[in-house]
Amino acid sequence: MSATSRQRLGWLVPLIPYLWLLAFFLVPFAIVLRMAFSHADTALPPYAPHFAGFAAIGEFLAALDLDNLRLLADDALYWQSYLYSLRIAGLTTLLALAIGYPLAYAMASAPKSWRGALLVLVILPFWTSFLIRVYAWIGILRPDGLLDAALMGLGLTREPLRLMNTEAAVLIGMVYSYLPFMVLPLFAELEKLDRSLLEAAADLGARPWTAFLTVTLPLSIPGVLAGCALVFIPAVGEFVIPDLLGGPDTIMIGKALWTEFFSNRDWPLASAVAVVLLVLLVLPLVLLQRARLARGGAA
Amino acid sequence: MKRLGPGLILALVAGFAFLYLPILALIAYSFNASRLVTVWGGFSTHWYGALMRNEPLLDAAWLSLRLACVSATLATVLGTLAALALARHGRFRGRTLFSGMVLAPLVMPEVITGLSLLLLFVAAEIERGFWTVTIAHATFSLGFACIVIQARLVGFDRSLEEAAQDLGATPLMTFWTVTLPLIWPAVAAAWMLALTLSLDDLVIASFTTGPGATTLPMRLYSAVRLGVSPEINAACTLMIGAVAVAVIAASLLLKRERMAGADK
Amino acid sequence: MGQGTFAKRKASPGSVRRAFQPWNDPQARPLVEFRNVTKRFGPVTAVDGLSLSLYPREFFALLGPSGCGKTTLMRMLAGFERPDSGAILLDGVDITAVPPHLRPVNMMFQSYALFPHLSVADNIGYGLRREGLARPEIARRVAEMLALVKLEGLGARRPDQLSGGQRQRVALARSLAKRPKLLLLDEPMAALDRKLREATQFELMDLQSTLGTAFMVVTHDQDEAMTMADRMAVMDHGRLVQIGPPDVIYEAPVSRYVAEFVGDINVLEGRVSAVEGDLVRVESAVAGPLELDEDAPGFALGDTLLVGLRPEKIALSHDEPAQGLNKVRGEIWDIGYLGDVTMIQVMVGGEGGTLLKVALANRTRRIERPFAWDDAVWLSWDVEAGLALAP
Repeated sequence: MSATSRQRLGWLVPLIPYLWLLAFFLVPFAIVLRMAFSHADTALPPYAPHFAGFAAIGEFLAALDLDNLRLLADDALYWQSYLYSLRIAGLTTLLALAIGYPLAYAMASAPKSWRGALLVLVILPFWTSFLIRVYAWIGILRPDGLLDAALMGLGLTREPLRLMNTEAAVLIGMVYSYLPFMVLPLFAELEKLDRSLLEAAADLGARPWTAFLTVTLPLSIPGVLAGCALVFIPAVGEFVIPDLLGGPDTIMIGKALWTEFFSNRDWPLASAVAVVLLVLLVLPLVLLQRARLARGGAA
Repeated sequence: MKRLGPGLILALVAGFAFLYLPILALIAYSFNASRLVTVWGGFSTHWYGALMRNEPLLDAAWLSLRLACVSATLATVLGTLAALALARHGRFRGRTLFSGMVLAPLVMPEVITGLSLLLLFVAAEIERGFWTVTIAHATFSLGFACIVIQARLVGFDRSLEEAAQDLGATPLMTFWTVTLPLIWPAVAAAWMLALTLSLDDLVIASFTTGPGATTLPMRLYSAVRLGVSPEINAACTLMIGAVAVAVIAASLLLKRERMAGADK
Repeated sequence: MGQGTFAKRKASPGSVRRAFQPWNDPQARPLVEFRNVTKRFGPVTAVDGLSLSLYPREFFALLGPSGCGKTTLMRMLAGFERPDSGAILLDGVDITAVPPHLRPVNMMFQSYALFPHLSVADNIGYGLRREGLARPEIARRVAEMLALVKLEGLGARRPDQLSGGQRQRVALARSLAKRPKLLLLDEPMAALDRKLREATQFELMDLQSTLGTAFMVVTHDQDEAMTMADRMAVMDHGRLVQIGPPDVIYEAPVSRYVAEFVGDINVLEGRVSAVEGDLVRVESAVAGPLELDEDAPGFALGDTLLVGLRPEKIALSHDEPAQGLNKVRGEIWDIGYLGDVTMIQVMVGGEGGTLLKVALANRTRRIERPFAWDDAVWLSWDVEAGLALAP
């Protein structure tokens, strides 16, 4: 590399963000880890003395307390909320894919002059507040809300659907909020697809549907994977949507963490929940990376 | 150019209806004279007047705006440095850890980021308030800003920087006179993104804030939990309007710049 | 873009250039010296223990295939790469560790690297501003440079509003604005089309002799190097294979590699059968006995030898030439009409023998050619035409 040109103050460039991230990302994260393995009574603030011993690894290991993890494992509530989070995130991802793929495909097939405007239209809701988007659905889904009024007004249903505070409401809110994250990578992948490939497929005797299944779909797999990751990952840890649209039985893990922290003020337990949640998230990411590497190796 | 089939048109219409109908309904009902969501009581700007008299909400909005500006600026500066480090410095010690730390906030659930930063502030006995939220927002937007700027740097012709140095510019001078002017659109986009992320965040702010620093999302959240109110609709409509104006202005500006570049 | 030249060509540039031979003058002080310079990139040695001297006012061309290390050599001179060992001297001063912005050397980039956010005038004035010159002085120098490259009136434009040829001129003006002692040009013609390339080559030569700046051109195009350079070097695998004026490189290449890289050549294998003074007699399996004139034959009887023959130095006839030893029978295998010349491939030594290329200049507008496919012909050449190449 051009070492000569960057001798003087060049080392400051990585150093400044490096120090910032060490201080405000890595250290806090280490504290969470430490906290996850400590007792509730000693971990309540102020707990600075315990923090002081943090540097001594031996002491740290000796003081490890797996009670919190044991509690998490024993308490069915946490198991259920983890599984429930995965389920909701998975369903959200599938639904977003089912709605997002045709939309992205239609956008990519639209005349070039439209595409920019369509793209802006997809991104625009993302720029408005997350809370606003969820709030809009409250007005629609709540009892005597717009949806019920419309359906009953049209004579399609006789009585209110009572969607508010159900799993369906949570799913609608989640799909709605995360749809752009699915559409954008799909659109990017489908748009760069060479149209002449489809023409070649047609020239070789493939019907449009066969051409889609044998050419377009396989080539858009990277976009599908990226979109699914972008939806699934934040969906697992989502807190606001299940809290506002879900009922008392829709305890997702983000909500459990929030409750543990703010309502029960059990910081070590909240930390333990966070650690397990992170493990839960890292796993699919690693699998995705594996899949990508395998594809890269094959190509 | 191939014409769109009816199936694809349906996909477009249905997709965009799903995206926009809820927002349009929300806007419509901010002008409803009636307090009831399902009853149209006639057009009224009553709720906007009420909103203007809602001091706590206005205070929170003002605080959020200041906070977002400061944290977005911090995140953009740090993100630019991080992007330069990743795109230009090649291999340096701890690069893997560095890029991991830059990118981790992108996949980190907000609850965890918020919790961990709160624990840090408590451990370090830092008084929580405006600055702790600012630091938290800058930290989690940094990664997003870095990605945006790095993408621009990767597509950047290195020989431009070499030409500047060849003509006698020091590395710092090269950055100011060549690199920065050319990555400027990405830097601006990164700042806008960081600003939006900050204005949008509820979870991290809830963890890291202290007394006297209640952000707009926090106020909205507690109001929304209590139920639907046209006053909130009015607040949301104003925010949507501001965003729409900003996005349209930005795209027009970009278009004009492109046109100016093309026909001169 | 006009075909206009920068200045009227001198009456006899050839003779002027011939007299300019500082590399043969022991008193001449080199402008640039590479002293045993080595540069590695991981396992690849890009430049391998290379030494080279360039002289003031010299137009030097570095020629080689891609990956031979020529670009690395140039980038080390500009300061973008640092040698692993060895030293680089400019005007007798060791500049090995001097960063690029402090070197009195400028470079014209292959991509031109014009700053897209600055006007043409600001691009040209960029280096002058870095020197801290006063505004009026910068404006004067920029105007001077614009005039030099015939771009008066285009100072306010942006690079993306210029044609390819104009952009190249801006890049040239920008790199010359600081009046460097040495100008480096990285594939300066690569982005131009053929017609423009030829005109620009001569303009560049005139500019160089007007300014008196030393030029070092890196190129993979032998025509370009031969047209412009006072002296050229052929590089291969990080080493200099041969340095010399273009005519010497072409007519007296030191190896088969150089002979084949610069121009077209036929190669016949043979065995030395007699050495008489400057005259070497070679027995070739496919072409029989041959004679060639070598200045200092270092060959012993029985040595294997490669005889190189440039296609344009071979004469073709239907009848056997009256005299001379260098004549071979063959059959015409292929005829390629190129307009100015006709390339004829002749099979020598019967089927499975050696194909020799012969270039015939088309001196008349006759459409009917004297030679046709499958004709039995005689090839002949002078004793001075053949080159003895080490195998």
